[in-house]
Amino acid sequence: MFVPLLVLRNAFRHKLRTTLTIVGIIVAISAFGLLRTIVDAWYAGANASSSARLVTRSSVSLVFALPLNYAQKIRQVPGVASIAWANWFGGVYINERNFFAQFAISPSYLDLYPEFVLTDEQRKAFQADRVGAVAGRKLAEKFGWKVGDQIPLRGTIYPGTWTFNLRGIYDGAEEGTDTSTFFLHFDYLNEAIKRQYPRRGDQTGVFIEQLRDPEDAAAVSQAIDATFKNSLAETLTETEKAFQLGFVSMSEAILLAIQAVSYVVIVIIMAVMANTMAMTARERYGEYATFKALGFSNGFVAMLIFAESLGIALIGGLLGIAFTFPMAEIFARTVGSILPGFKVSDETMVAQLASACVIGVVAAAVPAWNAARVRIVDGLRAIG
Amino acid sequence: MAVPLNYIARNLVARRLTTALTAGGMALVVYVFATVLMLAAGLEQTLVATGQDDNVVVIRRSSQTEVQSGISRSQAGVVESLPQIAVGADGHPLVSKEPVVLINLPKRATGKPANVVIRGVTPAGLALRPQVKLVEGRMFQPGTAEVIAGRSIADGFQGAGLGETLRFASRDWTVVGVFDAGRTGFDSEIWGDAEQMLQAFRRINFSSMLFRLNDADDFDAVKATIENDPRLQLEAKREKRFYAEQSEALSKFISYLGTGISIIFSIGAVIGAAITMYASVASRTGEIGTLRALGFSRGSILAAFLGEALLLGLLGGVVGLLGASTMQAVSISTTNFQTFAEIAFSFTLTPKIVIVSLIFALIMGFIGGFLPAARAARMKIVDALRAA
Repeated sequence: MFVPLLVLRNAFRHKLRTTLTIVGIIVAISAFGLLRTIVDAWYAGANASSSARLVTRSSVSLVFALPLNYAQKIRQVPGVASIAWANWFGGVYINERNFFAQFAISPSYLDLYPEFVLTDEQRKAFQADRVGAVAGRKLAEKFGWKVGDQIPLRGTIYPGTWTFNLRGIYDGAEEGTDTSTFFLHFDYLNEAIKRQYPRRGDQTGVFIEQLRDPEDAAAVSQAIDATFKNSLAETLTETEKAFQLGFVSMSEAILLAIQAVSYVVIVIIMAVMANTMAMTARERYGEYATFKALGFSNGFVAMLIFAESLGIALIGGLLGIAFTFPMAEIFARTVGSILPGFKVSDETMVAQLASACVIGVVAAAVPAWNAARVRIVDGLRAIG
Repeated sequence: MAVPLNYIARNLVARRLTTALTAGGMALVVYVFATVLMLAAGLEQTLVATGQDDNVVVIRRSSQTEVQSGISRSQAGVVESLPQIAVGADGHPLVSKEPVVLINLPKRATGKPANVVIRGVTPAGLALRPQVKLVEGRMFQPGTAEVIAGRSIADGFQGAGLGETLRFASRDWTVVGVFDAGRTGFDSEIWGDAEQMLQAFRRINFSSMLFRLNDADDFDAVKATIENDPRLQLEAKREKRFYAEQSEALSKFISYLGTGISIIFSIGAVIGAAITMYASVASRTGEIGTLRALGFSRGSILAAFLGEALLLGLLGGVVGLLGASTMQAVSISTTNFQTFAEIAFSFTLTPKIVIVSLIFALIMGFIGGFLPAARAARMKIVDALRAA
């Protein structure tokens, strides 16, 4: 009982210094957690994707559309259970700041995505209304939309102002499901385009295929691409996850920077903590020499410093983890719908705890080494 | 009477480890702060430098980017005949009608695909962008499947180097030249013959038009003519403005994120400075008493300790800036959310960033040093002398 009590008393001998250090660690650990959570959120779309779905797009790039008649041919490929298609609408709601994803979807689309939960009633209402639309819960809450509202979107790809009736608000089946997307009827968009720009009609951005067996993903995607080889619009089929990761990798440079910065904060706090421990140990050389004179080993003295440092770091670390949650909450609210699935993961908490331990150990290393080596005579002579 | 400066400075030298650790922490914060500002400045500079003052870009109304835009040949014909457009050396108006599309290319380093801008240009298009210079190989032959690649693309993407071939739009395209656009956005593009591109991508519409004004002041008149013509449904922007707008979201994102991170980090560094200064005050209680007894006023003591903290901050600031300035050699390539296309830019250190970073470091030193300095100044001479 004596040793832990001694360490605790030592740690709080300089109340102000220890408190300041703990505050510093709280800030660093929670910032580290927040940055990691931001990076995780980028990958949320990919992690939430199903392995039983394939996405087919133009092999040139997403900017090029595919002819709608491909749907018939893809459906005939063995292993494909069902097919849907979606087209990026790219409308602006009031102004450019309110960015959210909008897709014009085929009637079968919602059947392929059971994770978007819509009541039967709202679903029927959506199907019955040609200018109907459904929005995710998060999106609807952000703009305060209610079922029945009219939502005007200014088209950037399809000119003009398009007004949709909100017929349903869907929820996510799981926690990671993104509920910040807006869906409208492909058929409505298609017919409007055909009237205005006949050449741009009957085309869609991507096809989504439901697989009979997820094991067949590689074979089926090759078979689909082979069907359209050497045609005017060659295709590229990949799993939904690979498709989503393609988007993530585009911002990779920024993600790497955020990750690097999250480690810098740990290094900064390590310097602060090492400073605290260096000062603490320097003041107590006399005490350490007394311990040694009484017969305690060098290892015991080093252990005292390590225990104190680790103790302070762990208190800061645990409080820091606790603070990460409200910080993430506030951040998610400010950023809004840009990053779906903003959640502090278990891995992040483990990493935070591990960094706190590393901070504690590294900060104590030099002072502990010095204190263990100090000669009794010199130590007793030292005056802080 | 003020405490001499070299007395203050020597106090920092006397406690080397502590000074180094505290200044090191601050240096890291300043480093992060400065690099983020440099990144945002680099991006802005790249896109602003892309435009010329007297050039005008025309795109379809509310389409925001060239890739989303479309201009038919008849609309282009109307714009082309505007009287304010300058005439080139060959007697033709300086107008370039350009198809712009995105293609997926794998990066050399990772093999992961990113979107690259392919622009179809005409001889006038080259004349309109004098900052673009061929550095390797030759210009593409009009009417052939030849392209030239910007330097960042040639270095960064598979198949885009000199003499290599790219496959897109069911054709193989040979890269016959590499151009340097002087650190502008064009460095991240691939250029080919406009008419060839239209055929290959089976398009009938151009994406955007670029023309030069006889007189840069004519812009408002031209803009009004184009935007009020009911046949056109187009909008005109100064080229400089057009490219600056394209970088807005990304550069705002970078600077918001960076400033937020820097502020959080600086809390850590300020705490480090406060701990150091408190210890410095505590261990020199006797010394402070002596100084007071010698006749130094409370104000001088406050100034001395604040000076020490500011010096600590300055040291951290200078070291951090030195570290950040080495980042100028690094260039970064990422996707611009607004155009959905790859853009390469480098860290750019401007005088403004140097000043802002140093002020930031001094503020950290000041906040960290104020309370300890106040404590030192408040000490009573008798108590301080007795404590020693």
